[in-house]
Amino acid sequence: MTSEATTAKIAVIPATVVRTRPRNRLTLRRQLLLQALCIAVAATVLFPVLWIFSMSIDPRNISRPTDLTLIPPGASLAAYAQVMAQPTPNPVTFPQLALNSLFLAVVIGALSVGLGILAAYAFSRLRFTGREVWMIAVLAVLMLPAVATIAPLFVFLNRVQFGTFNLRDSLLGVALAVTAGQLPFAIWNLKGYIDTIPRDLEEAAAVDGASQWRIFWNVILPLSTPVIAVTAFFGFVAGWTEFYFSWTFLQDPSSFTLSMALNGMTGQYSGNTPWSQFAAFAILVALPVSVVYLALQRYIVSGLAIGGVKG
Amino acid sequence: MTAVAATGLTPKRSLWRRSRNARTAYLFLLPAILVMMIITFYPLVFQLWMSFTDYGLKNLRATAPAPPYVGLNNYIRILNNDIVIPNFDFMRILVFNLFWAFSNVIIHLVLGVSIAMLLNTQGLWLKRFYRAIYILPVVIPPIIVATVWRNMFDAQYGAVNLLLQATVGVLLKIPPSGMQIDWLNYPFPIVSIGAFVLPLAYFGLLTANVWLGWPLNSVVATGALQSIPKELYEAAEMDGAGAWARFRNVTLTYLRPAMLPYAIYGFVVTFNLFYLSYFMTSGGPFGQTELLVTTAFRLVNDQHLYGVAAAFAVFQFFILLVITLVTNKLAKATAQFDA
Repeated sequence: MTSEATTAKIAVIPATVVRTRPRNRLTLRRQLLLQALCIAVAATVLFPVLWIFSMSIDPRNISRPTDLTLIPPGASLAAYAQVMAQPTPNPVTFPQLALNSLFLAVVIGALSVGLGILAAYAFSRLRFTGREVWMIAVLAVLMLPAVATIAPLFVFLNRVQFGTFNLRDSLLGVALAVTAGQLPFAIWNLKGYIDTIPRDLEEAAAVDGASQWRIFWNVILPLSTPVIAVTAFFGFVAGWTEFYFSWTFLQDPSSFTLSMALNGMTGQYSGNTPWSQFAAFAILVALPVSVVYLALQRYIVSGLAIGGVKG
Repeated sequence: MTAVAATGLTPKRSLWRRSRNARTAYLFLLPAILVMMIITFYPLVFQLWMSFTDYGLKNLRATAPAPPYVGLNNYIRILNNDIVIPNFDFMRILVFNLFWAFSNVIIHLVLGVSIAMLLNTQGLWLKRFYRAIYILPVVIPPIIVATVWRNMFDAQYGAVNLLLQATVGVLLKIPPSGMQIDWLNYPFPIVSIGAFVLPLAYFGLLTANVWLGWPLNSVVATGALQSIPKELYEAAEMDGAGAWARFRNVTLTYLRPAMLPYAIYGFVVTFNLFYLSYFMTSGGPFGQTELLVTTAFRLVNDQHLYGVAAAFAVFQFFILLVITLVTNKLAKATAQFDA
């Protein structure tokens, strides 16, 4: 086409199609109003975070806060140094605690996703007898608080012993217990997402002669990355912040976790809490999770949002 | 063969062939089911058995004698408040637990959806920035949330009281040390009707949990909102529908199928929310903010009454089962349109 022809074509476009102000653009006044609202909400979200940060750099180590300043006088990072060396009366260093928590977080994240996605695929795509029954059974477990299984699990895991290794008094036992609790939510989430994947791709693969497993591995799995990221993230957080089972089961200080140490610091009597150290500890515990979240943020938000559409 | 075919009967595939689909499915399910069977289902059954016995510390070790069978004694003890925990009142705990879960879910829903709609406005600047900030409460470990909020609700120098002093106090000309509301420890309940007891600490817990809960609600709502086709709004507007009518007929219809399952899940999670009650108020002034889960935890860890704790857990399970069934029925009954 020649340039004269194109310009002639463009000139013919009727004026009614071009709007002077697009319908979906906000007036400046409305925009500022909404921005103010958003900032107000952000302030309420950020305030506690900033509060604890200011407590952690406060050198006065006060048991009660005295005023609303953000950067206290004489701010220093001494509390962080103290916490890294030895956070609790137990002879366990911070890196050791962190390693234990990391073990729990990674194992629980990996197991809940690994086992969950297999089950979710079966529930979503395969027809078999007893499907409804198993789905209800899985959902029923969702309603159980983890606390409800502590007593029998304590007794039960206690009986698995090889020499001096007691499954109850080990991180592996705790990881298994927490994973079992995470599985129903993982399966529910994963299934919801897999339900939204159109079947055409699988049917095409089946026509090409792919087995069930290959369909799963080569078609479904790559398409499910957002929801896998979400589930792995939740499993990771669950393991990192795990408290009930580790507190009840573990007895050897060298296998203690970060959240146990955090709890040990506060106790029931807040008068004795070394607030600066506690705050520094809290920030150090929250940091890895935030980093993981920021790295996976795109996937997590999209995974949650899409899963949410179909419930 | 022809005779068989003539009568319309076809030879049945063998059971082995027909069950191939089921076999593949069960292979996929096996690892997850195995873990859950061992870790969850078996303890549940074991727990049921335990609840009928007087299981104590002495029966813990593998070589210890079997605990004595006491029948329904544990259940009766719970219902009669015959447990050696201070301030134990089963009905009060149950009513508070239910009210706590209901009020929280409603507030989370309303706030989450409103803020999701706010962020979903066309042409709003810095949406991504706000979304990243709003998800922060979710990544902070719960125990830290609980202890930080406890610190903020401190009577003398907590941030909440200081903020109140700076705003409301200045307006009403209250002297500087006047605003010292002891949110978490004020022993006299605000509401006290029979088994329904609401202490001031409830509002402290509510604030902390709302802060924690609305971001996830708003993320799910955002997903649902973004799936609504714009043409529906335009069509409604052309038919003369005002803003509220548009919201009710278009937005709500699409939100419902996404938010309802999530609300039910949120209800269950809030009902069993251990951290805030245990770490923020330690069960509140004289046990007024105890939940079923925290009581069960105390039974196991402080009292070592495993049998009673098991009976407690059985109660919990049935209560939640009933609630889930009821809400499911209600949801189906009121749903007019399922997207």
